[in-house]
Amino acid sequence: MTPPLPRALRRTPPKPGENGRNGAGNGSAAAPATKPATAKEQAVEGVAGAVGWLDERSGMSPFLRGFLYRKVPKGTNWYYTLGSATMFAFLSQAVTGVFLAMYYEPDPTRAYESASRITNDVFLGEFVRGMHKWGSSVMIILIFLHMGRVFFFGAYKYPRELNWIIGVVLVVLTLMMGLTGYLLPFDQRSFWATVVAVNLNASGPIVGPYLADFLRVGSEFGPTTITRFYSLHMLAIPGLIAALIGAHLYLVAKLGTTAPPWIRAEKKDLLREEV
Amino acid sequence: MADSPQRIDKKSRYTEGRGIAGAFEGETVTRRRLMEGTALAVGGIATMAFALPGLGFALGPLFEETVPDRWQDVGAEGNFNLLSYVPKVMNINPVIGDAGKTTVYIRRWNPDVDKAPGDSKQPYVAISTRCAHLGCPVRYIQASQKFLCPCHGGVYDSQGKVQGGPPVRPLDRFETRVRNRRVEVGQRFSLNSQLERFPPRDPSNHLDGLWKYLYPPRPTT
Repeated sequence: MTPPLPRALRRTPPKPGENGRNGAGNGSAAAPATKPATAKEQAVEGVAGAVGWLDERSGMSPFLRGFLYRKVPKGTNWYYTLGSATMFAFLSQAVTGVFLAMYYEPDPTRAYESASRITNDVFLGEFVRGMHKWGSSVMIILIFLHMGRVFFFGAYKYPRELNWIIGVVLVVLTLMMGLTGYLLPFDQRSFWATVVAVNLNASGPIVGPYLADFLRVGSEFGPTTITRFYSLHMLAIPGLIAALIGAHLYLVAKLGTTAPPWIRAEKKDLLREEV
Repeated sequence: MADSPQRIDKKSRYTEGRGIAGAFEGETVTRRRLMEGTALAVGGIATMAFALPGLGFALGPLFEETVPDRWQDVGAEGNFNLLSYVPKVMNINPVIGDAGKTTVYIRRWNPDVDKAPGDSKQPYVAISTRCAHLGCPVRYIQASQKFLCPCHGGVYDSQGKVQGGPPVRPLDRFETRVRNRRVEVGQRFSLNSQLERFPPRDPSNHLDGLWKYLYPPRPTT
């Protein structure tokens, strides 16, 4: 069962008497006496036509209606927006990251110069780089707030455990984004922070040193370390994150959201009555 | 029913049970299952054909012995003495500019002080500045005769043994030799707390007791 179309998207039926017959449906084509359509009406008609064309061929509208206008439990509050806020932080990172990649050169001898060129020379470069830099912290903060909301509201319980697991993987991937992105400005701070981070990985028994070799592309920090981090940072991990966000959202839409824990006690009698 | 000697089970996975023709003469698998299996196998092979080389490409450095046996000249014998360290800059990775350089502290082997056993003994003591905790660059303070790490407060004595802080083993050293009255620095090696020599390990890898079996040596400069 999909919810009905919201009022704004429904076609207004003609007023009684205006079009001859009451509720006769698409009267505009049938009645030559009506005024010619105004520009606004034509524009609306054009958009509606395009949307209708797409919908007829893709069958998207029942899915989209179910997805966007699904029912939410009583007690839904602002904390439920933290997940979308995290996703928008990710989208902002993706968009600013794409533009930064147009100027950035992942080469040990060019990285620092190209990064400072973005800040100092490129029009709005400082702003876009700043959004990406501060946005990364914002995304980390939001994702943990969202995780805390889900934890304290008990929203990870049956049947939503799989979504919790996907979310935990997304947290880890987001932290990996932070780790791999930190090297890219290639100044002293990011260089030594990456040396330390890679050696932290090396401290795991048996597999640790091999993991560190994978990250460094060899046993020492080398010319391809930065390209490896760059490729992980802008291709591998964001791809995974985008795919997992899709799965996460699918499960949210499929399973619905939970009511806050304090709602249940309040509604107990009423629920019993309805059953 | 009278015609068919066997019972026909419509849910059987085999052609004979269902009383229909097999994928080919005498075969018990249905055509549908044969095609399913073939499609899956072909898809799997096609995926592996690009996934495995790609994975090997990404993991390549793990299996390579990349470090050549090279010796770097760090100065004439007369530049070094028995008591104090002389800092010298050497290249551990010539391709990446300044990031590939490192400082090495060098002094002559002093039999009164240096009691390191076996092949840890070198004509010159060349101490790596790579902290054994997490790889930050340590600095030698002549006044207190200690190596100090700026990142997490590791302290080493003048032989590179751990005196305080988080490091798990002494500072690494380099092989040294003298050619034509000039000192040359070669391969890195790691040491445990008794200053016994081990193949190079990553920073943060313990080397005492059973730990030396839990951390594989990695080829390194």
